[in-house]
Formats: sequence, C-alpha cells, structure tokens
Amino acid sequence: MNLVLAKNETGRALSDSFAIARDRLPGAGKVAEARSAAFEAYERAGLPHRRIEDWKYTDLRALMREVLPLAPAPDAAALKRAAAAVKLQAIKGSRRLVLVDGVFVPKLSDVVGLEKGLTIRTLRDVLETGDAALQAELFTPDNANPMVALNSAMTTDGVVIEIADGLVLKQPLQIIHVASGPAPAAMFTRSLLRLGRDAGVTLVESYIAADGAKIYQAHDSLIIAIGDNSRLDHVRFVEDSREAFNISSAVVALGAHAHFNTFSMTSGAAVSRYQATITFAGEHSRVETNGVNLLNGRQHADTTLFMDHAVPRCASREVFRAVADDRAHSVFQGRIVVRPDAQKTAAKMMTRALLLSDDAEADNKPELEIFADDLTCGHGATTGALDESLLFYLRARGLSEKEAQALLIQAFVGEAIESIVNDDLRELAIAATQRWLEARS
Amino acid sequence: MSLLEVKDLKVRVEEREILHGLTLTVNPGEVHVIMGPNGSGKSTLSHVIAGKPGYEVTDGQILFRGEDLLEMEPDERAAKGVFLAFQYPVEIPGVTTWNFLHTALNAQRKARGQSQLTSPEFLKKVREVAKSLNIPQDMLKRGVNVGFSGGEKKRNEILQMALFEPAVCILDEMDSGLDIDALRIAADGVNALRSPERAIVVITHYQRLLNYIIPDFVHVMSKGRVVKSGGKDLALELEASGYAQFEVAA
Repeated sequence: MNLVLAKNETGRALSDSFAIARDRLPGAGKVAEARSAAFEAYERAGLPHRRIEDWKYTDLRALMREVLPLAPAPDAAALKRAAAAVKLQAIKGSRRLVLVDGVFVPKLSDVVGLEKGLTIRTLRDVLETGDAALQAELFTPDNANPMVALNSAMTTDGVVIEIADGLVLKQPLQIIHVASGPAPAAMFTRSLLRLGRDAGVTLVESYIAADGAKIYQAHDSLIIAIGDNSRLDHVRFVEDSREAFNISSAVVALGAHAHFNTFSMTSGAAVSRYQATITFAGEHSRVETNGVNLLNGRQHADTTLFMDHAVPRCASREVFRAVADDRAHSVFQGRIVVRPDAQKTAAKMMTRALLLSDDAEADNKPELEIFADDLTCGHGATTGALDESLLFYLRARGLSEKEAQALLIQAFVGEAIESIVNDDLRELAIAATQRWLEARS
Repeated sequence: MSLLEVKDLKVRVEEREILHGLTLTVNPGEVHVIMGPNGSGKSTLSHVIAGKPGYEVTDGQILFRGEDLLEMEPDERAAKGVFLAFQYPVEIPGVTTWNFLHTALNAQRKARGQSQLTSPEFLKKVREVAKSLNIPQDMLKRGVNVGFSGGEKKRNEILQMALFEPAVCILDEMDSGLDIDALRIAADGVNALRSPERAIVVITHYQRLLNYIIPDFVHVMSKGRVVKSGGKDLALELEASGYAQFEVAA
C-alpha cells in the first residue's frame, strides 16, 4: 500500500517536472516523440525496487525515493565554482569536455584545434540540428530499464564524439561531469562515442562535485560503438559528493577485431549504480572490464554488467574488487550470455570483496547463461576479511595496523588497477586509492 | 642490563597453558639455540615475544632493555629492534618485496624519530644488502614471497634482518623446509649478522643446524619450560641421547 502511494506521488511530481522541463529539452519531431515514449515507459514502471530481480540489492524507491527537479542552467557563480573543481580533476594532457549541471560548457572545455577526423558536438546541437540517423542512434537504449527510460526522456545535454576511420588519438578525451551548487537538483546527460574502423582513443569520465554541491542526482548514459579493428580504453572515476546519487548506464557495441578495455572506480556518491551492456557484434573481439569500489560510511555502490556474446570467437574478462568499511554496501551483478552461435567464446569473471567491518556488506550475483557448447567460461566470487596472518607479518616488520591494512588493501585492488593501459590513468587510480586509504586512517 | 629477559612466563592459547613458567636471559653479542621436541612451546615463545595475537600471558614478564615488551604493539617491538624470522613466511600477492621493505623500513625509522629514506636512498641500501647476501635483484621486484622456494623465503627473512638491523633476532625453525645447500646459505646469512651488539636466538628441533651456526648457549625446552641450559656441547649430548631424558625431568 505504502509502495503504491509512494510511486504515485513520485510519479506525479515527476510528471509535473517533465511538463515544466519540456521546453528546456532539446529536439522536436521524432526526438520529442522518443522522449514522450520514454517518459511513459518510466511512468509505468516508476523507480525500480527490490522486487525487480535486476534491482533487488539496489532498491531506488527506498534509497532515492524521488527524482529531484531538473537543475537550472548554471549561472556565472556556478561556473566559477565548477571551474575550480575542474582544475583539480583535469588530467594533464587530456582534451577536456565539461558538463556543468548537465549542460556542456565550451568555456571550460577544450574543443579548439580538433584533429582531422575528430568531431565533437553537443548533444543539444545534434538533437536540434543533427541528421535523423544520429538522432535515432541516441535513442537506441532500451526503455525496458526504467532509469534508462528516464534518462532518455529528460536528457538535456552531453557530448557526441565521432572518430573517423584510421584516426588513432594520442590525447585522451576527458568528460567531466560537475555538480555546481547547493540547491538539490537532478542532471540528465547522454553522450555518444563512435569509433570508426582502425581507430583508437582513450576516454576518461569523471563525476565530481564543486565546492558546496552536496545533494544532487547525476543521471548519465553513454552510448559507444567501436568499429572493426578499433580500440577504446575507457576509465571512469565516480567521485561525487557523499550525499549524491549517480545513476549511469553504458551501452557498448563492438565490431570485429575490436578491443575494449574499461575500468571503473567508485569512491564517491551516497548511492551509485553503474549498469553496462556490452555486446559483441563482430568476431575476434575482446573486452576487459575491471572495477573497484572503495566504500565506507553508509555508501551503496552497485555495478551491474551484462556481457552479451552474440557472435563466435570473442573473449571477455571481468575483474571486480570491492572494499567495504563501516556500514557500506557493495553490489556486483555480472551476467554473461553466450548465444547459440557464439562458439569459441572465452568468458571469465572474477569478483572479490573485502569487508573491513562486521556491518559492511557485499553482494555478488554472477549469472551465466550459456547456449553454445564449444567455449571456455568461468566465474569465481569470494568475500572475506583481511587475512590476520598477513597483517601480523606486516606488523612484525614495523607497520602500524592502519599501514598494514592499507598495504593489503592496495594489493587487493591492485589487480583490477593493473589492467589500466595508460600509465597516467593507472597512476590516477593508484592515487585515488591512496587518498581513500589516507582518509580512513 | 640484559637485552632480553623472559621471566617465569606463563602463556595460554584458548584454555590450554602452553608455557608453564619459562625463564631465559639473552645478552648482546650472544647466540642462543633453543631446542626441543615438537609441542614443547618453542614457537609459542617466539610468537609471544613478537606480539602475535591469540596468546594470553597469564603470568611473568618479558623485558627488552628493561622495558615491558608485552605492553607494546607488534610494530613498536619491531621498531625497538625485535625481529622474528618466521617459520612459514607468508605470501603477499600484489605487494612487491621492494615496496614492502621500503614501507617497513621507513615505518621503523619513523617510530624511532629517524628520517625517511627516499626511493633512491633505499634502493642503494637494499642493493648493497642483497648483494652481500647473494640475493638476486629480481627477487625484490616480485610479490612478497610469492612463488618463492622454501630457501628463497628464508633468504628473504635474512635479507630483512640485515636491512632492519635489529638488536635481537629470533629465528623460528629456520631450518624447516630447507635442503642442505639452502640451509648452508641461510646459516651463512645469519653468521654474517653476528655482532657484539646483536643477540641471535635460533629455534630448532634438529641438531644439524648447529653444524653451521655455533651457539654460545643451548637450551632444551620441554613441556613449556627450559629444562636444561648449557654450552654448545649440550647439543651433541642431545644428538646422542635424544630428548626423552629431559621429558622425564620435566
């Protein structure tokens, strides 16, 4: 009874906000129709709750309760705060693409002197003036997932990046999502990266809060198409405010002989969910998906991966490490589907959780659905505390309890971090781990 | 003042008393060997000196340079100069030997109010020590003890001893799992660390180690006590007649 009420109230509030926001949402005609369909799909479902299998550990009705109103476009003061935050997070040598409160800000971004073959446009621009095919592609994510549907309905801006055949970019691209201010609000962004054939790039996504930004919701989605013989290195850092929500989705499709190496680290946000669907559409491709959660307090972080082996002769490997302290809750759901035609598939998934307190919790849910018969497929999941014999060995060598724990935690997450190809980015992940460890001691 | 004084030490593990009033005095420059059959409490003694959790001291005391060792955390004891070479050194995947040694040495130096060694300073020092012990450099790059042979693990313990320069070294069953060549190498490492300021306590239940390390004192432990102490000849006596006679005495 209560749940039904809650849903109705939430639904109504959001209907109003969708109606109000409509004028600010870019795109007419087919785009507007796609938004309305998405919003109806969301309204029918409401916020996902624990009785929906896919959300059983992350009940957004209980955790999030409501979707906040759309954030206003950032004013000068907001941009100033955002600029200061960006300065701290920008990766040296990268091409910055900055979204403040869900709006692309050219002034804070680096979009001059683009390499030949690299196009970067804002989502707003593409939805208002782009070609119909690209617009349609931006609405391909499935409305069956309510949070994806909500994102489709409400998305205001983002970046649309196209990399032409044969272009291998040396300079990483960094999309920085900044929440600027104290007023509770929601941001809805959607970006697209399309890599042609024989192309390559490193994409970094950072989610951060400017000074004073506390309660907010970042709703993001990313659509990636990796062409034949192309390679994408992808790293994301969720360092949102400790009172924020981050609900992000990724939809990735790989051509043939393509390579996708992705790493995600969550140390921020009160509640976060990263749901990624990766589909092999061409043969001889491979994916390495790695993730680290570093959680304490009452943080809740959910990583839900769906690896779809639709064609033969592809390989995927998932390595996930969760560290949970205090009353934190880490969730990993990994679903691997090997379809009937996908012979010679190699799929592997290893998840490990380290609980640093009796009240911390980690849920691992591996799901393997295998319809082919000639393949190698495996998964393993462990959950445990730090090994007392290792701790004593280190302490007997002079390390304090915290130092010994820190060294073992670094080693624990190390395997996932080692997978990051770019040296600078790997260093960033190591530094983020160290910051987290220092903050707890 | 003695370096290490164990006085009438009584220790329990869960509900069982393992040490029933053990006394041992070690002075700088001395090499002691503690022998005894399995289950006599030798390893318990070494663990309690190093501060391993899980042991309850019900009576007696351990003084290190007159200070109450039992009041100190394991890392404080290490920084003061107590070193335990483990019978079974643990493997720590993901932590390179190099990083571990650097972190540990700096932690000890910090506790003693000494300056921190930078990476180049540390590298120079650890290379010198490794070279003097014939330890290959590539061992330092590997995970701590990961994939090491029994001999390599023991050599890594001796490398740490040489690097940390402790005042008292306790070697728990240092010959276990070693073939004769590995044993000789390990013993050479220990002998190289003998000095007038440093004491060494070797725990073993085989006499064969004493072919390589010549002790000043030999103690026989049985049922949680030292039942006989003597010079190096005591070990020969044991070799001839075994531990049985002392078990009766206990």
